[in-house]
Amino acid sequence: MDNYILSIITFAPLAGALLILLMPSSSRKMIQWTSVVFTAIPLVLAFRLYQNFLPSNTGLHEANLYQFVEKYSWISSFNINYYVGIDGLSITMVILSALISFIGVFASFSIQKAIKGYFALYLLLCTAMMGVFVSLDFFLFYVFWEVMLLPMYFLIGIWGGPRREYAAIKFFLYTLFGSVFMLLVMLFFYYNAHTFSLVELASIMVSREYPGYLNVANFRIAAWVLLFIGFAIKIPAFPFHTWLPDAHVEAPTAISVILAGVLLKMGTYGLLRISYPLLPHETMMMAPYALGALGIVNIIYGAFVAMAQNDLKKLIAYSSISHMGYVMLGMAAFNVEGMNGALFQMFNHGTITAMLFIMVGVIYDRAHHRNINELGGLIQHMPRYAVFTAFAFFAGLGLPGLSGFISEVLVFLGAFKVYPVLTAIAASGVVLTAAYLLWAYMRVFFDKVQERYKDFKDINGIEMFSVLPVAFFILLFGVYPAPYLKLVEPTMTKMTSIIAEPAAVTFNFLNQLSHFFFKG
Amino acid sequence: MDQVAQYIWIIPAAPLAGFIINGLISFSWGAKSSDFHKKVSTIVSPLVILISFLVTLAVFIQMVQNPETNRIFSQNLYSWIKTGFIEANVNLVLDPLSIILVLIITGVGFFIHLYSVGYMDHDRSIIRYFAYLNLFTFAMLILVLGDNILLMFVGWEGVGLCSYLLIGFWYQNRNYAIAGMKAFLVNRVGDFAFIIGFFMLFWGIYHYEGVPTIAFSALKDVMGKMPEWYLTIVTLMFFIGATGKSAQIPLYIWLPDAMAGPTPVSALIHAATMVTAGVYMIARMSFLFIATPMTLTVISIIAAGTAFFAATIGIVQNDIKKVLAYSTVSQLGYMFLGMGTGVFTTGIFHLMTHAFFKGLLFLGAGSVILASHHEQDILLMGGLRKKIPITFITFLIGTLAIAGIPGLSGFFSKDEILWQTYITPNVYIPQLPHILWIIGLATAGITSFYMFRLLFLTFFGEFRGDEGALEEVHESPFIMTIPLMVLAVLSIFGGYIGMPEALGGSNHLHHWLSPVLSMKEAVEEHGAGHFQEYLFMGFSILVSLSGAALAYIFYILKPSIPKSIGSKISGLHQLVFNKYYIDELYHATFIKGTLGLRMLLNKFDQKIIDAFVNFVAVIVKAVSRVHGFFDRVVVDGLVNFVAAFTQYYSSVMQTWQSGMLNRYLYYILGSFIMAYVILRII
Repeated sequence: MDNYILSIITFAPLAGALLILLMPSSSRKMIQWTSVVFTAIPLVLAFRLYQNFLPSNTGLHEANLYQFVEKYSWISSFNINYYVGIDGLSITMVILSALISFIGVFASFSIQKAIKGYFALYLLLCTAMMGVFVSLDFFLFYVFWEVMLLPMYFLIGIWGGPRREYAAIKFFLYTLFGSVFMLLVMLFFYYNAHTFSLVELASIMVSREYPGYLNVANFRIAAWVLLFIGFAIKIPAFPFHTWLPDAHVEAPTAISVILAGVLLKMGTYGLLRISYPLLPHETMMMAPYALGALGIVNIIYGAFVAMAQNDLKKLIAYSSISHMGYVMLGMAAFNVEGMNGALFQMFNHGTITAMLFIMVGVIYDRAHHRNINELGGLIQHMPRYAVFTAFAFFAGLGLPGLSGFISEVLVFLGAFKVYPVLTAIAASGVVLTAAYLLWAYMRVFFDKVQERYKDFKDINGIEMFSVLPVAFFILLFGVYPAPYLKLVEPTMTKMTSIIAEPAAVTFNFLNQLSHFFFKG
Repeated sequence: MDQVAQYIWIIPAAPLAGFIINGLISFSWGAKSSDFHKKVSTIVSPLVILISFLVTLAVFIQMVQNPETNRIFSQNLYSWIKTGFIEANVNLVLDPLSIILVLIITGVGFFIHLYSVGYMDHDRSIIRYFAYLNLFTFAMLILVLGDNILLMFVGWEGVGLCSYLLIGFWYQNRNYAIAGMKAFLVNRVGDFAFIIGFFMLFWGIYHYEGVPTIAFSALKDVMGKMPEWYLTIVTLMFFIGATGKSAQIPLYIWLPDAMAGPTPVSALIHAATMVTAGVYMIARMSFLFIATPMTLTVISIIAAGTAFFAATIGIVQNDIKKVLAYSTVSQLGYMFLGMGTGVFTTGIFHLMTHAFFKGLLFLGAGSVILASHHEQDILLMGGLRKKIPITFITFLIGTLAIAGIPGLSGFFSKDEILWQTYITPNVYIPQLPHILWIIGLATAGITSFYMFRLLFLTFFGEFRGDEGALEEVHESPFIMTIPLMVLAVLSIFGGYIGMPEALGGSNHLHHWLSPVLSMKEAVEEHGAGHFQEYLFMGFSILVSLSGAALAYIFYILKPSIPKSIGSKISGLHQLVFNKYYIDELYHATFIKGTLGLRMLLNKFDQKIIDAFVNFVAVIVKAVSRVHGFFDRVVVDGLVNFVAAFTQYYSSVMQTWQSGMLNRYLYYILGSFIMAYVILRII
């Protein structure tokens, strides 16, 4: 079975979607539980992957070091293959994606409208997401990347809030705009290296024997920039981020969970899977500015704008922008601490933000609004909900003992070695994050108890069940992150050996500091 | 390694178990908790702390018996973070330094838990309260026991979390909720500096010493080549962290507001344990701080300033807890003054005695507050001593101790700090020790004054509250008075373990701690024998007694004096009463600035960035309209034109094709003629 395990993980939800299409639309329970089963399969298999995975087989540019590989010819005239496999970089995202897909189903139980279509599209989305993370063929990667847009567009556009059409089309066009660049770069690589295999391309590029026009440095830099724009939109990096708050505000809860929990990681994953190994030298040149500097802007800017929001969901959306900044900053450090921290932050942000959005969904189900200033005193009526939300908020602000803390510390620690002053500025984001989260928490839960909310039911079983798995990971990885770090460290260490610390920007930070404080 | 070391894990695990039990009860039943649940909670909570205390005591007994060189007990539980250069283990260490703190946390903590059983008896959220209190103890123990900077930081922020939860315990009151938030955020500012200090230290070691490490024990051996200027920045960063947690200038502002929490919390967290974490942290990293005289000088100056400044505010406060809060800030200043001398045992000594007498004073204040039905304004009290005698006597002992009356614990520890301050030379400012000593001495006088003012206004004179209210005042139950008595005994005798040799003591504490602290030797045998030390002790005693006497005159003999003085210097009085408007200053600058910036950036996000995106969309739409027009009018128009032209032309042509043969003959004839003519012309 291990020979097909990745295909099963990827396409099980699609099979579920086809099955659902055959069901009568009135059989609500059947559709829901079919979705549960067909997202549980990838989750169980992802656990099996974890058990059988050898961290020492590190993938990246070496084809023999990928695991669970499947390779079949697909369009042979263009040398396009169905080529999937995982290494330390992708296994974490596969697990995250399976986990978030599974809990998203439970968060979708409250959907009333046209559930047959909803769950069919939802499962299609799950397949597309998983496909992105297992693809080792650029063309296949691109296909999954684009396929993902379609269900997302309809899920926001049909099941969303009042401005759903605007948000859906903004999301769709914005992402499409980015992926056009990716298409260009893909073709550029293909016509010069004559392969779509990411592994083969990486080994060619790492060896620095550039074929054809790839030998032109300016073309390579242009390719890097184009790829970056495509991925930056997905992350989303400042200033390409404004589709995110709109999409989140309008999307139904489960779709927000998927969007923030998994989709945003595709941006940083794409950079790590494609830009880094395919253009290591250019990454070294560009990343300090594109990832480091923009990452810091994301952190600080996102936090400030989050603080200005009165819509709880929009606040969480901006907090995502801020938290993805940590990933970017860590990726720009090019050392083991920073890279591991970035990859860990990708997972932790996925679990934490999923929990945050589910919590927002719970209150929206009851109050039918999310205006922070209108809420208040909810701890009185919904004490258990208050406990869960406090857990999620404190995880979000990086409380030690929860997973977010460890990834943030690793990111800052790694980045501090390379960019001390900038990292110090970025680290001040922890104060801002605490400020907007605690302030929001106070306004929602404390303060005057309001009579009009006294009939609100506390968090129910399904809602609790949907957050318990992620809460488990948040706590586990805060107390014992070793399983995760062991899984990814060899691959990330290899990544740093492909991309050494950027010579152009590696300044002796001690000298810099002494200039800063002592003028020489 | 001794046998007892393998039980160290129980010390933090017991309170954690207490938290889980209470937390689960509170989560499952919440407001519907029965008396049985309450009973379980009130038994479990103090019990788990007692377990920790007993285990600590067992280790302590073993530690005392061991020779000096073999007094470090550690238990490595598991590898926590290990990636790249960083390796952090969950390793718990009991050494002569941490065990003092652990004994205070679990010992004093146990009695405060007991006291809470009585104090919180009627609160419907008592189970939640005990859950938080147990969690706090756990976090505090991690802070103290953790053998590396990151693990210490876990406890460091963990206690901040519990402080936040407990300050805002009565969340219905908006101001209380804000006070909790303020405490957390101000602490976060300090934590930010702390973590930067950690990063600098880590890569500094990497750069100067080779392999980075974060374990305290290993750090101590590794340090050596790091230049002093760099170390100064590192230690200053850590010290800024300490100013947050331990409420020093400029980050002290959260502590007075923290009095919103239940009073036992103020005793445990905001007097005896958490706020002293900064002092402990410096002692733990003494090997860093001792190497940088610049940092020590900064610490001394900040500390003396804080001690004096907070004491002056304490004079004019009328809320019994606020007086004690400012007193705590001031006393923490003393501790840091002790740390600043480089003789770190002095600070730890005062930390310990302060835990006894300030814990006692807060618990006493709680007893007063409960007795007078939640009245906290001392102007509305008076004459309570006969009604609540046990509270009165223990409170008196606490007051004597903090005021530095000879024979009680506070006298020894405070005097030790003042003496070391005076005799420790400063390399940058030679006069500094003398200035600091004078400030410290003046602060001692002020302390004595405001504490006796508090005592006299509360317990002496006539009752000033509503009529009949005095009748309602009643002594607290035994479960509350027993902790008072225990702490009173400790407040009296706790000082003897650090009694200086000049007074015939042997300063056990100093000898106990010196193997684990890197510090200057305390100067005991001065050239002039003990004469100078006696003289300075005399000064201290004199100043303390004067403060007390002045308070006696002001508030017992001539109660009219304070009012007349207050009205004569009303400007100054207003300034001090309003805490020098520091809160307002911060509000006008940092908070307003942040809030303004968030609105500005939000506008930027909407009006510039998103507007640009929408603008692009509009442009694309407009362009597509133009294209649409072109498509309709030009491209499609051309096609239609061709069709229309064909149609028109064919309609013209079809009239020629009439089907009449004679016409066709004319056409042929005409064509021949035309062809002939054209050919002729050519």
